[in-house]
Amino acid sequence: MTFAEIQAQANLEWEALNNGGRPQITVGTATCGRSAGAMAVVKAFEEELQAKGIDAALVEVGCIGPCYAEPLVNIKKPGWATVSYRNVTAEMAREIVAAFLLGDDPLAKYALGVFGEGEIAGIPNILSTPAFKPQERRVFRNCGTIDPTNINHYIANDGYIGLNKALGMRQEEVVDVMKRSGLRGRGGGGFPAGRKWEAGLKAKGTQKYVVCNADEGDPGAFMDRAVIEGDPHSVLEGMIIAGYTIGADTGYIYVRAEYPLAIRRLERAIQQAHEFGFLGQNILGTNFSFEIRIFPGAGAFVCGESTALTLSIEGKRGMPRVAPRPRTTEVGLYDKPTLLNNVKTFSSAPMIITRGAEWFASVGTEKSTGTAIFALTGKVQNCGLIEVPMGITLRDIIYDIGGGIADGGQFKAVQTGGPSGGCLPESLLDTPIDYDSLDAAGSIMGSGGMVVMDEKTCMVDVARYFLDFTEIESCGQCVPCRLGTKQLLDILKDICSGRGKPEDMDLLYELSHSVHGGSVCGLGQTAANPVLTTLRYFRDEYEAHINDRCCPAKVCKSLISYVIDKEKCVGCTLCAKSCPVQAISGEKKKIHSIDQALCVQCGVCLEKCPKKFSAIACVSPKVKQEES
Amino acid sequence: MEERLQTVLAPYKGKRDMLIPILQQVQAALGYLPDDAMAEIARTTGLPESRVYAVASFYAQFRFTPRGKHTIMVCRGTACHVRGAEKILEETERTLGIVEGETTKDLEYTLETVACIGCCALAPCIMIDEDVEAKLTPKMVSEIITGRNTA
Repeated sequence: MTFAEIQAQANLEWEALNNGGRPQITVGTATCGRSAGAMAVVKAFEEELQAKGIDAALVEVGCIGPCYAEPLVNIKKPGWATVSYRNVTAEMAREIVAAFLLGDDPLAKYALGVFGEGEIAGIPNILSTPAFKPQERRVFRNCGTIDPTNINHYIANDGYIGLNKALGMRQEEVVDVMKRSGLRGRGGGGFPAGRKWEAGLKAKGTQKYVVCNADEGDPGAFMDRAVIEGDPHSVLEGMIIAGYTIGADTGYIYVRAEYPLAIRRLERAIQQAHEFGFLGQNILGTNFSFEIRIFPGAGAFVCGESTALTLSIEGKRGMPRVAPRPRTTEVGLYDKPTLLNNVKTFSSAPMIITRGAEWFASVGTEKSTGTAIFALTGKVQNCGLIEVPMGITLRDIIYDIGGGIADGGQFKAVQTGGPSGGCLPESLLDTPIDYDSLDAAGSIMGSGGMVVMDEKTCMVDVARYFLDFTEIESCGQCVPCRLGTKQLLDILKDICSGRGKPEDMDLLYELSHSVHGGSVCGLGQTAANPVLTTLRYFRDEYEAHINDRCCPAKVCKSLISYVIDKEKCVGCTLCAKSCPVQAISGEKKKIHSIDQALCVQCGVCLEKCPKKFSAIACVSPKVKQEES
Repeated sequence: MEERLQTVLAPYKGKRDMLIPILQQVQAALGYLPDDAMAEIARTTGLPESRVYAVASFYAQFRFTPRGKHTIMVCRGTACHVRGAEKILEETERTLGIVEGETTKDLEYTLETVACIGCCALAPCIMIDEDVEAKLTPKMVSEIITGRNTA
């Protein structure tokens, strides 16, 4: 079949699904949807459609983004705008079938919004809501709208056009388009992708490799998984184009073993791409041949570093090569020239080739073109995956898209870039999101984790948390990283447990710079960022811990006590019954008290004390012993 | 064990660069990496045993002790951390009577922590085998585990 015939066939199938006169139900069943119960919703729809004898298409799609609304279901009924339903349960699914598919009541109370043509009274248009309006879905173009296991859906949505076009271009021309697009590596480093592709093309050697880094290890980031689960072919297409451009015949996808669904989706997509002639020998009738293999990573954060990743594929310990080291584009996998990019970088390539460099650069800033994807989580109302034009401010993301701070809390900090990033305070909320501005503020773009923190988050504890992570994940070959992270962690633990000394702050600062300067790879060089930014922006919290033995956020256990307010306690005994260490005494209808010597600060009593009494409080600094 | 091990190893004779996939498959078949299996992997691939151990001990996925029938993974991702993962871990440890990294004496549960499950929007969460339990409180944790044991 020619590419035009393949397209015609795919369009026919897509048209029949979308305009075939049947209602269409799509359910987001990526990992996040499944965790929220999407599979039970799919089953409920299946059973209900069969029981009621309704002819409708039921399609499982990838992640749509608003995790707070999962499981998310879209219903497209002929003659109506598409309705998006939030937090759907099996019971709601049955209700929706009866009311909307059999009747004409779209059940506005369950709807998140509508999109597509038409309006429905009482339901807002999703794209006009603050949570969606600033978003621009490019890398996520197909996530949540197509069936990721059906290659025809991808083809019908401009899939593989970029590959077909690239194969008709000279390799230098592809490099030129990539360079002009301004695309920067989406793994976090931000190295210009076009220049990397050019280096790959120019590297000498008959055997070259393309490697896709899907070893998404940052705690708090899961967009690469969403892209693979929701639109695996976009990643494959980008890799095949890259293979053609640099002259490689093999590609590897290094993907976390903890992402079983993503691996299954990739396996299936690779098989389909073979069947359609997009992979294998003589792709689309040209003399270009390319294969893609999946390599499940075995769990080591440092393998996100390019030299460590390639060593890991070779079956070795993933320890970054020591300096001086040639670039991976010259000496990479099996010592051959290797082009290594992140999932989102590869996924961006097809649309750049298809729609042009200027189209890609039409959003974003001058030095950071295109869109950025973030996993917006933490103490924010609307958690989820978002895609926004580069240059938007942190404030717009947190307050418009994120809907502000959850549970009526107060904003304290936003952490971007994972363990290599930093915590930025309220005064920097108007920082635009781009590689250089975040860098200047002391944080990084990183892989796109964005965790919002409120007044109940202790910034010293956050620094300790990240160092705990990097200390474990340090591969150990550079002494300043291996021992430096350990010492940083020990000092932070001391401060959190009330053993901090005034000189500790200077020591943290000095050590941080040693770790930065004495490590060969990005992990070590950035490991101290969480310490440095919290010291810079939240020094008062360090001082409170050290000088007053007080944790203002009431998080650090050694510095807090739980106490019972004698005025409010009615002696309901709930706290005493739930205390795991029997530290609470008191008879029924008599005032209770907590034995501070026994208390382990688990906080269960505070959770159990009925809201109408609110007799238990958490205080810092510690109290000695409650008077009884 | 011997037979299952041979089936897994059969296609990999001399394939040194397949060491990580081999370790993954052996662990999937046996549940962990016993000493005998490590020696056999070394023989099959032609790698020194020290190299096989060096690689296996580097990656978080591999373990050298038997596991419980069920695995409970407490997520310690950033989002879970700021939403109270520490308390969730403590409560899980208290309920099971073991600490992170251990297996209960009846070989029912292995308790682990994981850098991030990737359900950050549903924090804090734990994973029991393949099922994610989301938006937890310490109280819910003990209820879930006790509920499973009495069911």
